[in-house]
Amino acid sequence: MLTSNRIRSVGAACLGGLLAMSALPAKAAWEPTRPVEFIIPAGTGGGADIMARTIQGIVAKHNLMKQPMVVINKSGGAGGEGFLDVKGSPGNPHKIIITLSNLFTTPLATGIPFNWKDLTPVAMLALDEFILWVNAEKPYKTVKEFIDAAKAANGTFKMSGTGSKQEDQIITEAIQKSANVKFIYIPERGGGAVATQLVGNHVDSTVNNPNEAVSHWRAGKVRPLCVFDGKPMPYKEVIADGKSWADIPTCKSQGLDMEYLMLRGIFMSPKATKEQVDYYIGLFQKVRETPEWQKLMADGAFNATFMTGADYTKWVADAEKTHVELMTAAGFLAK
Amino acid sequence: MEEIGHLFQGFQTVLEPYNILLMAIGVLLGVIIGVLPGLGGANGVAILLPLTFSMSPTSAIIMLTCIYWGALFGGAITSVLFNIPGEPWSVATTFDGYPMARKGQAAEALTAAFTSSFIGALFAVIIITLVAPQVARFALAFGPAEKFAVYFLAFCSFVGLSKEPPFKTIAAMMIGFALASIGLDMMTGQLRLTFGYTPLLSGVNFLIAVIGLFGIGEILLTMEEGLQFKGSAARIRARVVWQTWLEMPKYWATIIRSCFIGSWMGITPAGATPASFMSYGIAKRISKRGKHFGTGEVEGVIAPEVANNAAGTSALLPMLALGVPGSPTAAVLLGGLMIWGLQPGPMLFIEQKEFVWSLIASMYLGNLAGLIIVLTCVPLFAAILRIPFSIIAPVILVFCAIGAYSVNNSTFDVMLMMGFGVIGYLMKKCNYPMAPLVLAIVLGDKAEESFRQSILGSQGSLGVFFSNGLVGTIMTLGLIAAFWPLISRGLDVLRRGVAARA
Repeated sequence: MLTSNRIRSVGAACLGGLLAMSALPAKAAWEPTRPVEFIIPAGTGGGADIMARTIQGIVAKHNLMKQPMVVINKSGGAGGEGFLDVKGSPGNPHKIIITLSNLFTTPLATGIPFNWKDLTPVAMLALDEFILWVNAEKPYKTVKEFIDAAKAANGTFKMSGTGSKQEDQIITEAIQKSANVKFIYIPERGGGAVATQLVGNHVDSTVNNPNEAVSHWRAGKVRPLCVFDGKPMPYKEVIADGKSWADIPTCKSQGLDMEYLMLRGIFMSPKATKEQVDYYIGLFQKVRETPEWQKLMADGAFNATFMTGADYTKWVADAEKTHVELMTAAGFLAK
Repeated sequence: MEEIGHLFQGFQTVLEPYNILLMAIGVLLGVIIGVLPGLGGANGVAILLPLTFSMSPTSAIIMLTCIYWGALFGGAITSVLFNIPGEPWSVATTFDGYPMARKGQAAEALTAAFTSSFIGALFAVIIITLVAPQVARFALAFGPAEKFAVYFLAFCSFVGLSKEPPFKTIAAMMIGFALASIGLDMMTGQLRLTFGYTPLLSGVNFLIAVIGLFGIGEILLTMEEGLQFKGSAARIRARVVWQTWLEMPKYWATIIRSCFIGSWMGITPAGATPASFMSYGIAKRISKRGKHFGTGEVEGVIAPEVANNAAGTSALLPMLALGVPGSPTAAVLLGGLMIWGLQPGPMLFIEQKEFVWSLIASMYLGNLAGLIIVLTCVPLFAAILRIPFSIIAPVILVFCAIGAYSVNNSTFDVMLMMGFGVIGYLMKKCNYPMAPLVLAIVLGDKAEESFRQSILGSQGSLGVFFSNGLVGTIMTLGLIAAFWPLISRGLDVLRRGVAARA
């Protein structure tokens, strides 16, 4: 007994010493001690999925984190599954989530018990643009010609977009209101399918993100009419018919009073400490500096705004307000 | 001829030792992924995608597509041996593959399945090589109405097939439709049948239902029937491979038909799962031995396997040419292309010739490598059946549980799978057919979506399903398939009448 007790006490002392040693650097800065789960509240192959997996690849390639990053898709219930999962893990600093507009639209449209305030905001990585596209065979070259044609068609023009009561349909609603026209909105599962429906002339217009439609634009199949941003995009490299992303006019300048940008941001579990949030902010700042990230931004013509802390929280709160207004007006709220 | 030149350059790239090594690793990983139920090709490719960032895009896609080929091959293994489809598209393979294994013909069934897979894939690659641009344009003709017509044809070619009473078939199918509608309704953005219960948000995944109904249900039955596999007495000889090959040319008509069905379904893009069901259904109707389907006919293994690999392979074409994935795995590969800085779409064939033709060359060689690897392992796979049931059953159960968990990382799914196991057992005891239920879960939500999209676009008019030649033809084919028993009886009466008069 005596020996075993002694061994135990020696062991405990050693363990205590180890703990003390490991506690010293931990005070300087928090670091993940387990693999970090990176939740995607969307399916594989979509915009958020591509961004998250690119980040995972960048982190691994440039050795930005000592622990591995594990990407997990939780797309059920328009992403509700992913949000509820992170909400249900308070105080777990090894769980982060990338969000898109479904951060607001899913709880509003489905009534699941979730609000972005349940999570800890980390950083805005970028904003995704929306562009009004039409088939290149169609005669209309400006927003005005398109709207006039839609009015003449008397409510039979078809607009396709990703999902129902999500960003694409919200933009469609706003166009209808601003220009006093009516579209038939046809939801599809993903942006790629939406773009193909336009190329195949099954619908008349879409509001695809740039990277969902760029290949068809370069092939001369679709034509961008305007971008739903406050100012034109900065990318000046020529894409098709001698035009660059920068040459696409804003919708506002074309008489469509609508601005919409989609959040590509990071949140983490509830009750995260400041050190933990700071660690991830630092990590994503490093990610942003890599050439791979800059290529992703340029290829997808992203609005590369980066925000953290109070600025970010305020932006999200404002965006939530906008979504509540837009969705209430459109009658999209869960009953 | 320019294409052939590019293709040979592609072969040159693929035949670099480094790329051959990646190809072999990819196929092996793919087979393992295909064998483990639940860990489908899409998950497997997604998990391994980040590993490829340090490779050149060409090497990366060679490895990832080889994982995909491997998974297409591997899905058949557990279907034949244990009645557990490793992948959704191998469900139809169980219908005759498993009875063959129970008759002691596991090695024949596996050889037939692998060889058919290879033939299907080869046919699809040849189509891609020769007519890629034209075929890509064909895919553009598919709007919601055309898609619904294809699903309709898949259902119609499958109903009325089983020996069970029609009402039992309909009951099973309706349960399938009800299960398929759980979760988010894509058309309205509302939740359906979730009762505020979070785990139901993502709906009932098809794989959970299949693993439970087929796998667990089968284990329960085997326990009742004396705790042993029927096929265990079979002797395994390497010569079986040759014997099966000699037998296969007899089924040339089924093979060719299934090649076309598969390639067509892959491009449209309805995918490999409906292709395998449709091909099985049609083979059963047309074959002289159709009545014996379901009792262990080689032809019943060949038909779905040819079709699912032809579809799985040709599904890559719309992905490359249009940026629209024809299957979940293709969707992940699509993401990969974007990460490597390649923009899939119409310009890829013009701007990235080297990449595209290396990929096509790797399709030829990857499938060949896959066939050789899996065929050499046939005796090994078939020998698994010799392991006593009391040892292998718990192992299968554990793999099923892991598979069910890995679909959504949710323990609720494991419970659900167990529940489905009991349902599967009861359905078998009461002679309810399971295939219609499975078909309804797989295609139910997609068919519903495309139906509602069409109706939305046509503002409520059903005429949209006969509004042009393409959709009208497919719908008519579907109707003919649905009423085929009546039509063939009518033809019989006519023929007899003519004979009597003569």
